[in-house]
Amino acid sequence: MENIESTPIESSYDASRDIQVVAFKLGKEEYAVDILHVQEINRLLNITRVPRTERYIEGVVNLRGNIVPIINLHIKYSIQSAGDEEDKRIIVFQIDDLKVGIIVDEVSEVINIKSKDIEETGRVYESASSEHIKGVAKVDNRLMILLDLNKIFD
Amino acid sequence: MKMDMSQYLDVFLEESKEHLENLNQKLLELEKNPDDGSSLNEIFRSAHTLKGMSSTMGFEDLADLTHHMEDILSDLKEGLLTASPYVVDALFKSFDRIQSIVENIENGHGGESDNRDLIEVLDSIKSGLGAQEAAAVAEQQLVLDSPLLQEAVSSSINGIEINEYEYSILQVAENSGMKIYALKIEIDRDCLMKSVRAYMVFRTLEEEGEVVKSVPSAQDIDDGKFDGTFTVLLVAKNGLDDTIKRLNNISEVSVASCDVIALTQLAPRETSAAKTEPENPVLDQDAKDGKRGAKIKQTVRVDIERLDNLMNLVGELVMHKGRLEQIAANRKIVELNEAMEQIDRISTDLQSVVMKVRMVPVEQVFNRFPRMVRDLSKELNKEIDFIIEGKETELDRTVIDEIGDPLIHLLRNAIDHGIEPTPERLVKGKPAKGTVLLRARHEGNNVYIEVEDDGGGINTERVLQKAVEKGLIDAKQAETLGWDDTISLLFYPGFSTASTVTDVSGRGVGLDVVKSKIEALSGEIFVEARPGLGTRFRIKLPLTLAIIQALMIAVQNEVYAIPLSSVDETTMISSHEIKMMQKQEVIQLRGTVLPLYRLTGLLGLPDLEQENESMYVVVVRKGDRQIGLVVDTLIGQQEIVIKSLGRLFLGIPGIAGAIVAGDGNVRLILDISTLF
Repeated sequence: MENIESTPIESSYDASRDIQVVAFKLGKEEYAVDILHVQEINRLLNITRVPRTERYIEGVVNLRGNIVPIINLHIKYSIQSAGDEEDKRIIVFQIDDLKVGIIVDEVSEVINIKSKDIEETGRVYESASSEHIKGVAKVDNRLMILLDLNKIFD
Repeated sequence: MKMDMSQYLDVFLEESKEHLENLNQKLLELEKNPDDGSSLNEIFRSAHTLKGMSSTMGFEDLADLTHHMEDILSDLKEGLLTASPYVVDALFKSFDRIQSIVENIENGHGGESDNRDLIEVLDSIKSGLGAQEAAAVAEQQLVLDSPLLQEAVSSSINGIEINEYEYSILQVAENSGMKIYALKIEIDRDCLMKSVRAYMVFRTLEEEGEVVKSVPSAQDIDDGKFDGTFTVLLVAKNGLDDTIKRLNNISEVSVASCDVIALTQLAPRETSAAKTEPENPVLDQDAKDGKRGAKIKQTVRVDIERLDNLMNLVGELVMHKGRLEQIAANRKIVELNEAMEQIDRISTDLQSVVMKVRMVPVEQVFNRFPRMVRDLSKELNKEIDFIIEGKETELDRTVIDEIGDPLIHLLRNAIDHGIEPTPERLVKGKPAKGTVLLRARHEGNNVYIEVEDDGGGINTERVLQKAVEKGLIDAKQAETLGWDDTISLLFYPGFSTASTVTDVSGRGVGLDVVKSKIEALSGEIFVEARPGLGTRFRIKLPLTLAIIQALMIAVQNEVYAIPLSSVDETTMISSHEIKMMQKQEVIQLRGTVLPLYRLTGLLGLPDLEQENESMYVVVVRKGDRQIGLVVDTLIGQQEIVIKSLGRLFLGIPGIAGAIVAGDGNVRLILDISTLF
């Protein structure tokens, strides 16, 4: 009643509509996530290492009093980090009640993708494990891997 | 209609749960004390409210069931029925059904339920009233203190209610061989000076004995505020035949009735528990607690989420206060320091107020247990005296929410494994009834909860044997294992010593779950056992989990917080003091040998090449062992607001949570009990 519920986020991919995505780079590859999941994009904050966890967990940061875990997808998918240190960003997602951030090498832009431009993934990609991928989007001459956040942070 | 009601659904659910808890509790009391009118009244009231609420909300099945229940209750109230085990069982079953209906409603499954089976049982109790109960009454007539009989007698003495003081006088009198008489005196309606006549009556009576009580009170009679009849309770040594004659001789006065009554027939509300079960002081305590709880206090129902918000805000305030303090210390601004002191004082007060608001008596959890113990003891065919002490002890709500399951487990353990079957107890010369004690108490900044039984204790040989069977240790180790280590085997995952697997325990979910749950609450668990005499599990819990004092330390360039409650002392040693013992670094600290652990290694930090000549050691306490932690820097003591690391980091051994430090960085809190 007194809480304003945030709009429920469609977790399943709806092929009938166009989606707006945030595109970013991990190494040389370009990835994209549904903008509805993105809460904010930050510069690299002081990350506190959490011992005794998986290597791909970079640590935790303080986001205005909230403690947010940061995942390093480079390590998870064995991607070589590339680009300028200055361009690195943390993208913070809100998935249901979970807040989590990932480190990316560069945030490129926010773009609209038409559903017809998205190709379901049939083949296995070398980098991100295929079950974490919703599809591949073709925008102009670029290929973007659409990540399925629900599966990544499961 | 449905739309209209939905907004009341929360209230309905909450209140029904409260009523159900109350019903269960009072019915248990009634079962122990079948003539306890006050319990019965409360049961009746709660059931009635429940019926009203559910029919208003349109849950017809629920209303129907409660309606049939109410029929039985009103018969009980009027003394047409006695609270026999059969009746009580039927009521308990109805409560369970109501509970499951309420739960269904809560989970959005609607309130439909087929209760015909229960209603049939309830109806048969009611219709069986004539024949069955008559037989039962006839049977009970032999037993003098049958509740029904008492009811009859106490009503004939016009329901004189006595207080504890009067009761104690009567008790002393009866013990010294005096008799208690209830006299009903009537003064002629036309008499003009009734109080004078009454005065004469009192004078006459006091020649023979002592008037303990009169209804109406002597003062009212003096003032003429009575309708001509009054009843007195008199204690006297001799018979009253003479006195009655003399009373009847007073003009316009007549003695309507004179009964000798036994002390047990007087059932004053205040002392019913003490009187009927004088050997059970706890029950007495409970009865009084119940009475105290009945007093009307002004309260406000607050959504727990709002309290959590408030707590978070206070937490943030404390955090930023820390930051301001840092600035004040760095810049050395005197004025700011003064202002800071004020803010410090206020925020400390604020914090303790918010803390208190969040404190809940353990009663909330404990109240569920008597019913569980009752059912369990019936199921296992063991007689159990279940005693609860200190249920007013308060704990943080977050702790309360979590502590229920571990306690249920320990209680089940105590009843199933601890208390021996009755024949075995008798052979051992123990009372047939086993005692299980659940006690909560404060001690410093901790709350202790103990579960104690007077059963067989822990059979260490069986434990070792089982551990070998399960491959936890080998036979050789078993021979050399000390008591402490043997006991700690109980907490290994998948360990259970029950020789037979019952519904109650032995399902593989063992004490290891209890232990991990308690450790998750920053608590500790201890076991004491005396073979043949009993077992005691002691749980130590922090009062609150939200704001604690911590020692800040650093290793390499990482800063960590150690809860001050686990720190015994800090000391400085030089590297040549470190000795090796069985591949373990140790130092001698005032004569005792202290195992030494390097925090760098424990936290997966790389070892640095060069080692300092002198190093800091934080002496921490894990259970009853002391351990030295080697750290690089001691930063100082600080008040910290604990935050959860979230579900991605659940259960990392050694990490209890995180804080946001004054400089805005996240720091981790070490959990000493799981660090090693």
